[in-house]
Amino acid sequence: MCGIVGLYLKNPQLEKNLGELFAPMLIEMTDRGPDSAGFAIYRNEVAEGLIKLTLQHSNTNYDWNGLLVSLGDQLGAKTALSRNATSAVLQLEGNERDARAIVQKHFPEVRIMSIGRSIEILKEKGLPTAVSERFNLPNMQGSHIIGHTRMATESAVTTEGSHPFSTGMDLCLVHNGSLSNHNRMRAWLQRRGIQFETDNDTEVAAGYLSWRLQEGATLHEALEAAVVDLDGFYTFAIGTLNGFAVLRDPIACKQATIVETDDYVAMATEFRSLAGLPDIQNAAIWEPEPGQVYSWGRAVA
Amino acid sequence: MKSVDLDKQSVRELNELLHRADEDREETKWSIINPGGKHNIACGLNRRLNVEIKGHVGYYCAGMNKLANVTVDGNVGVGVAENMMSGTVSVRGNAGQSAGATGHGGLLFIAGNAAARCGISMKGVNIVVDGSVGHMAAFMGQAGRLVICENAGDALGDSLYEARIYVKGDVASLGADCVQKEMREEHVEELEQLLDTAGINKTASEFKRFGSARKLYKFKVGNGMAY
Repeated sequence: MCGIVGLYLKNPQLEKNLGELFAPMLIEMTDRGPDSAGFAIYRNEVAEGLIKLTLQHSNTNYDWNGLLVSLGDQLGAKTALSRNATSAVLQLEGNERDARAIVQKHFPEVRIMSIGRSIEILKEKGLPTAVSERFNLPNMQGSHIIGHTRMATESAVTTEGSHPFSTGMDLCLVHNGSLSNHNRMRAWLQRRGIQFETDNDTEVAAGYLSWRLQEGATLHEALEAAVVDLDGFYTFAIGTLNGFAVLRDPIACKQATIVETDDYVAMATEFRSLAGLPDIQNAAIWEPEPGQVYSWGRAVA
Repeated sequence: MKSVDLDKQSVRELNELLHRADEDREETKWSIINPGGKHNIACGLNRRLNVEIKGHVGYYCAGMNKLANVTVDGNVGVGVAENMMSGTVSVRGNAGQSAGATGHGGLLFIAGNAAARCGISMKGVNIVVDGSVGHMAAFMGQAGRLVICENAGDALGDSLYEARIYVKGDVASLGADCVQKEMREEHVEELEQLLDTAGINKTASEFKRFGSARKLYKFKVGNGMAY
């Protein structure tokens, strides 16, 4: 089961309404995934040379300031912090690898949700409506967002096992379906330096794309290679710093719908998630073809 | 004309109303508004009603239809008119996968494109698609006719029994045991009638016919020792 949704704005004037447009899309998919929900929002891009870390700890009173000071000391960099329920978004100078290593070594109790210049991944166990409320999703602004409602099949119902998954700068992926060669692929990717936080099959798909991108592929090329290398059934929605993509496996068992207008492109497991979007009656609406990569944005061609 | 607003009434309430409608008492015309992509709209109808749905619907719309004429003024999701028995289901937009699956009779007309597995396991239904169809169309089709006015995706007619397929455009690839066959007089006549019923103005003789090579599903005595 599971429901996936994505919304990529082509018209910047809609950016102030991103959360308001997206929250009902996510909540509509509750029947497909009532055990946990999450989303990756792209917003407030930081300047080059800076990175944003989204971290999580189950204790809402966790001492984020302590972590921030320690991290700043070790990286010798300026930092800033904003909090959102169980999560904190840190801004600092430095690179992804150093920041990840320091957090993992000195703060093993903290989970790294995402690292990038724009991405923030917020996810939790619980009904999508509760997750949306908890993180104040309807009031968020941004350029694009992808989300997931989960009915677990391949790993436990935990916050860590919730989607979206991110394994590289600003890249994230949500998945409806299951992969059958994820164990072997995880081991193969680990030998090539990709790190995994969970036993989840979807994280392997995210890791695979990160590895391909590191090797110099464009997102489009990485996804075309994924059709060959990932075995299983899946519909993926993928976000990058400036892009959005959708891919279904070559058998295409897992339903998906894409809608597009001059103002936005959106996808969902079921059309009903998209029924409330502006001017939907005049949108182009279609089911994506099997094994074909659909991508939008300036950095994904 | 009766009107039902799905913002105000549930799909279950709508379907109960349609199942109870008295076809002899002028309750034959129904207009459904605000479908909002909901599933199972106008399912299991079993009397001579004319139902028009204004907007996009979700999965399994007009499933198991018998006698009724259902029109969707929009797109449909997975499994429109699945297992229909008779009557007509018309879609003015595109259809999701498995349109007309296992249909026994009646006519399913899709003005746009149909996605994968259109007419899978069809058992006598006639399906006319004015656009293109995705992969595995008419998979294991047993009886009925599938008409495709544009192109067909991969593995058309895979493991086909006795359903007949007509395609005007290109076929990406044929499935196992599906072959092109001669378009004889009786096939042109049959197709003309189907196009006419669906209201499509195209020349029947420009279509190609595909059917089963009958090598896969016929038991061969020579293979007896293999079991």
